[in-house]
Amino acid sequence: MKTKIAIITMTVGVALLYAAQLPSGSAQESHVGTLTGNAASGKQFYKRYCIGCHGPSGDGQGENAPWIDPKPRDFTAATFKCRSTPTGTLPTDEDLDNAVTRGFVTTNMPSWNPLTPQQRADLVAYIKTFSPRWKTDKPGIPIHIPPETPVTIQSVLHGRELFQKMECWKCHGPAGHGDGPSAATLTDSKDQPIRPYNFSTGSRFKCGETNRDLYRIFMTGLDGTPMPSFADVIQPNDAWDLVHFLRTMQTMQTPDIALWKKYSSEHASEIKPIGPDAGSGGN
Amino acid sequence: MPRRFPIGATALRWSLISAFCVACLLFLAAFNRNAPTAQAAPLPGVHVKAIPAFARKYGLPCSACHTAWPELNNFGQVFRDNGYQLGNERDSPIWQNPSYFPITFRITPQWHRESTDNLAIDSIPGGGPGSTLVAGKVQQNGFDLSGMDLWSAGTLYKNISFVLLPSSDQNASWHFESAWVRFDNIKGSSWFNLKFGKFELDNLISEKRFLFLSGNGGIYQSYHYDVPGTTNDFGYGDNQLGVELAGHSKNSYTRYSVSVLSSNDGNPGFVSGFGTPANRGYDVNLAFSQAFNAGSLGLQRIGAFAYIGERPTYFETSTTPDGSGGTTTLQLVGLGNKPFYRAGVAGDLFLKKLELLPLFMYGHDNPYLGAGISSTSALPPGAKPPAWAGGFLEGHYYVNTQNVFFARVERIDVSQQPFVNAGFPTDYGNVRAYSFGYRWYPIMFSRAGLALHSEYSIVKSNGFLPLSGDGSGVQVFSTANPVWSSSVMLGFDFDF
Repeated sequence: MKTKIAIITMTVGVALLYAAQLPSGSAQESHVGTLTGNAASGKQFYKRYCIGCHGPSGDGQGENAPWIDPKPRDFTAATFKCRSTPTGTLPTDEDLDNAVTRGFVTTNMPSWNPLTPQQRADLVAYIKTFSPRWKTDKPGIPIHIPPETPVTIQSVLHGRELFQKMECWKCHGPAGHGDGPSAATLTDSKDQPIRPYNFSTGSRFKCGETNRDLYRIFMTGLDGTPMPSFADVIQPNDAWDLVHFLRTMQTMQTPDIALWKKYSSEHASEIKPIGPDAGSGGN
Repeated sequence: MPRRFPIGATALRWSLISAFCVACLLFLAAFNRNAPTAQAAPLPGVHVKAIPAFARKYGLPCSACHTAWPELNNFGQVFRDNGYQLGNERDSPIWQNPSYFPITFRITPQWHRESTDNLAIDSIPGGGPGSTLVAGKVQQNGFDLSGMDLWSAGTLYKNISFVLLPSSDQNASWHFESAWVRFDNIKGSSWFNLKFGKFELDNLISEKRFLFLSGNGGIYQSYHYDVPGTTNDFGYGDNQLGVELAGHSKNSYTRYSVSVLSSNDGNPGFVSGFGTPANRGYDVNLAFSQAFNAGSLGLQRIGAFAYIGERPTYFETSTTPDGSGGTTTLQLVGLGNKPFYRAGVAGDLFLKKLELLPLFMYGHDNPYLGAGISSTSALPPGAKPPAWAGGFLEGHYYVNTQNVFFARVERIDVSQQPFVNAGFPTDYGNVRAYSFGYRWYPIMFSRAGLALHSEYSIVKSNGFLPLSGDGSGVQVFSTANPVWSSSVMLGFDFDF
């Protein structure tokens, strides 16, 4: 009788200990909008679509990894560039779903928008099984993005000042071509060389294509890369000014560019170059 | 060392299952060994498509674009619709390693058996004195090759894509199966893409990317059917020459296409499928499909299509003395065009791992095409338009990315016989076809593809030779009786 009681007690104890280790929201699920993703289903889709680059263990060591630049994401590190959450925190399920849906421009990661929303939610659930961090940490709270300030030449010029003052040009280059003096020395958290974003490559960024996406990148940073979060450094209005200036570096037709072209043609002699000789601030 | 898909207990189990299937097929093949042998039956000229050159370019496994190659899944469909571009600003050739060359080879070494009955054969081989024609079964088997595809496809530049597909039969007689250039995303819109050249019609269920390879199973009967006796050479499954305007939503849930095509069934050189001169007309193909997301069941797609064409009923000629007292008549250009059309609906439905592909199709030819007479003549009394209705239901069960079972049942019924078949049984020309098989993909990565393919198919053609071409050149013994033709196939389908 005592033996039976001991076995039952031990079994219940082990079960309670196991249950205590589970996070409140199971890591085997994801929640994207009204959808609930299931990791078991996601595993099948992962094998079908993702395993070649991200590898069977999710460590970014798939068979194609040696030939891919930039390298596939290592899910075991649970470090993600594109988040709505503060730097250092886990992304939300929606963030991961957005990344899977959007893909990463100028990389080998395509847009998986052709998959059904349920399939993507399942994939997100499975991706979260690769790191124990999903069992111990909760995702960060998404940052607040205030309404965009009006696009004016003053805003663009102030953004340009910030680009110089905050030394963005050291990585991204004076013209935003990703060729600043520090560019060649940059590495990511896996010690892999990484190039700063070249703003002239198109209208899209890795983490989105809207002004809000660009604002979010400033404020959350791109974890695992040298791009820091500026949430503690600049005010929201300053961040919007920076957004407006960065848009002028792109090869597309936007109000920002139209304003800048008009101003720069009329005030060419007043515009100081961006770079080491420009000092801090000024036009 | 990165792991491939491990060949563990599960894979071993499926390998054993596949071995069992193979044994069953071989057992079937051993049947009817008493049948007289004849020349090796030709394999159908069907060319199926999968392009590992793209897998190499983008580093994606075959399974990313294919449910089971060569059949496309929706991701592969979007990639194809987008002009073989992923849209990640790395599609243009300038981003590729200069050593990259978009070439893909595909061929299928195989063992197969073809058998067709109700053929007129000599009662005494050699047809000597006392020999008469009797009904017999002709069966042949042995090791063989399929034809070969030599694919080149990709992007010439951002938003300019191409395909060049020289294709051979098993004796290396080549032709151009596909050759086109496409201007993608015109004005930045996925709704406007213009293709020019020789290409597959934009059908919802592709015969070029399906899972069947055997002699009788390797074609959709409905895609190549014309009522026996009609002078129409059209096959909906044949690649056509022309120009296509197509468009799609970003995720290809909504798709449309409008094609204007030469009226010669895709034969270059202004020649028809019968080898006679083509006419100067143009055909039109219309296709539309819409996909719906059904939650955990998967994506469901339904669509409709219509092909409206015309074929000549007589020819412009040139008759000259042949030097020996007679005359020679050259046919120059097809004239007296008469219309025909094909229309149908199709679906691609998923119930989790089970995929169902239903298709219904209706065909209608002008009475002149059924009577085989010049449009300048009056129709003979009783001449009516040849018409038929057909379709199939195909099923795939994807055990996982490396194992798939597939089966199909097909049916074609002639609803109106052409004038030339007057006096034939009313069910003359009807078709019943059944196929099933299994494919095992032992490797699934981004450089090449290999599949062990086993398949059995059997076709009943009422009074005429099967569309597979088996028995071609031999007379049917009795048009009042059905012709049964079966195929057994076991092969290694590889694609690099």
